[in-house]
Amino acid sequence: MESRTKILEAIAQNQPQLTPLPNLTDLAFIDFDPLEKFRTILTSIGGQVIEVKNLGEIEQYIQAEFPDPMRVISTLPALSPVAETDWLEQDPHVLENVDLCILEADFGVAENGSVWLTEAHMGQRVAPFITQCLGIVLQADRLVPTMHHAYERIGAADYPFGMFLAGPSKTADIEQSLVLGAHGSRSLLLFLVEA
Amino acid sequence: MKHPELAEKFIKDKERTTWHDETLWWVRQKRDMAAFQLPEWELLRETASRIKNNVLSNLHEYLLAFEAKAIENGVLVHWAADAQEHNEIVLSLLKAANANALIKSKSMLTEECHLNEFLATNGIDVVDTDLGERIVQLRNEAPSHIVLPAIHLKKEDVGETFHQHLGTEKGNKDPQYLTEAARQHLREKFVTRKVAITGVNFAIAETGEFVVCTNEGNADMGAHLADVHIACMGFEKIIPQRKHLGVFLRLLARSATGQPITTYSSHFKKPRPGQQMHLVIVDNGRSRQLGRPEFRNSLKCIRCGACINTCPVYRRSGGHSYHNAVSGPIGAILAPNLDMAKNADLPFASTLCGSCSNVCPVKIDIHDQLYKWRQVLVKEGHAPLSKTVSMRAMTFTLSHPGVFNFAGKVGRKVMQAAPFMVNNGLNLWYKQREMPAPPEESFREWYSKNRNGESN
Ligand code: SF4
Repeated sequence: MESRTKILEAIAQNQPQLTPLPNLTDLAFIDFDPLEKFRTILTSIGGQVIEVKNLGEIEQYIQAEFPDPMRVISTLPALSPVAETDWLEQDPHVLENVDLCILEADFGVAENGSVWLTEAHMGQRVAPFITQCLGIVLQADRLVPTMHHAYERIGAADYPFGMFLAGPSKTADIEQSLVLGAHGSRSLLLFLVEA
Repeated sequence: MKHPELAEKFIKDKERTTWHDETLWWVRQKRDMAAFQLPEWELLRETASRIKNNVLSNLHEYLLAFEAKAIENGVLVHWAADAQEHNEIVLSLLKAANANALIKSKSMLTEECHLNEFLATNGIDVVDTDLGERIVQLRNEAPSHIVLPAIHLKKEDVGETFHQHLGTEKGNKDPQYLTEAARQHLREKFVTRKVAITGVNFAIAETGEFVVCTNEGNADMGAHLADVHIACMGFEKIIPQRKHLGVFLRLLARSATGQPITTYSSHFKKPRPGQQMHLVIVDNGRSRQLGRPEFRNSLKCIRCGACINTCPVYRRSGGHSYHNAVSGPIGAILAPNLDMAKNADLPFASTLCGSCSNVCPVKIDIHDQLYKWRQVLVKEGHAPLSKTVSMRAMTFTLSHPGVFNFAGKVGRKVMQAAPFMVNNGLNLWYKQREMPAPPEESFREWYSKNRNGESN
């Protein structure tokens, strides 16, 4: 408790006179088509955009690309024929051998190719990270142009954990050579569902 | 050793220096390309700067609000006056969790506090999980850059280090192969360690949540599997409201690496059921810096590294020449506040070209602060000797224009006659550099000749 008081007192004494907060209007200059932009940016950061008409097509994709004995998990009940959906209460460590995890995102952000997910969308916080490949389902009409719009949309939502996710995990720590698949998912499949 | 000697060591390997220089300049160019794509870029910088000004002017209230919200969210909040106390708190949390090992994602604050060394001497095994940090940790080195910790190394170096420590095949220097080796080596740590430490990029006063940005996903892999998550932050990481993240997340990655956003921008608000989440809020000289009107703006820094990538001195002297956790221009204005005597050389490791201030996303007047630190350090008697001599001479010549004329003429004569004389050990900038050819006549001579010519 002592340090707390000391630090706060020093701050109160040393902080300069109050200056006003700027307003955040007119910060976004939108000269692009959000859907087009989202596709282009996400592809440029290593994501793969797959356009589908409905969840049935995603099911077919999984059957073809991730056949048994691949471990596939999802939070979408509709995918239960091809994915486990009863893993939400499991110890997060047992997700270690998951090959593909499919989650639905709340919305996407055109300017940076990211999607917003909260814990409710993830099932478990570690799921989108620990899986080898990550699939994200996004309804094509759930897109905002910039991050300012994104936070407007999030508003005062109460979530225990949330994140913007943009593409697969990556690193360039060895001589600035870009390598996909650092510690999180090695790839990102973005299933864009026709609106 | 001080910056000039350390830099001298670095530039001995000419090829590597050139490579280092060009690589960082490429990162700077990527930043430019990203910035130029947003017509509102300058407005964003101005807005970010003003938000941070407001933060500094209202920190006391924001910190109280943040703490109250965080506690309400179930987070355990600790306050540390200095590095020592920060380290003690972390150690006590480890002891309470009965843990003698932990994993840590990138946190410049823990580097500033020398947490790794402290924990090692207390028998705790620390594994850094950011790839670049793991590389330098295995080599027993410090990060040389706040965003690119292993930027001073070539892939051959990493190949050799991994061969020795992780058993990769000798001579293999393929980045893909080496990254895969690290991924598998660290996965085992993620799954087995009970305590994870992360840094904090932004802490929101309004909601009590904090945001951590990574590309690798290492902070999340650690935090979401561990029983105990300890997040460490300097108190200046506060921002007022959630919506302000829109401004900072647009600027951060574009300024750092030219990416539109980092892969993961994780918003931690509440612990997982059964998990403990701790926040350690650290002062360590920050409240003192807040009280120095000419230097307090350094606390606006969001650690993007743009000023480092663009700095001509950093690019050619390497991060280790700054002998401080944060290197480059921003390190040089933060370090003297931590230890004036030890870091007195750093504000002199600059050409004052101003490139740093031009790229800074929160508009810190970095090069002005470098200049002001020089004055403070000289006044307090901390300036390095060689700089004091030339600065004294400079003060004298500047206040005696006649002498200045003479020195200009003599200066040129000296160089024409004996260029090596200028390289006399007092002129540190000369070393390893081509001295420009002396002009045939000085501007003043040219000007007076031409003016006379006109009036004649
Ligand atoms: S001083 Fe500015 S440019 Fe440098 S790291 Fe901090 S925010 Fe980035």
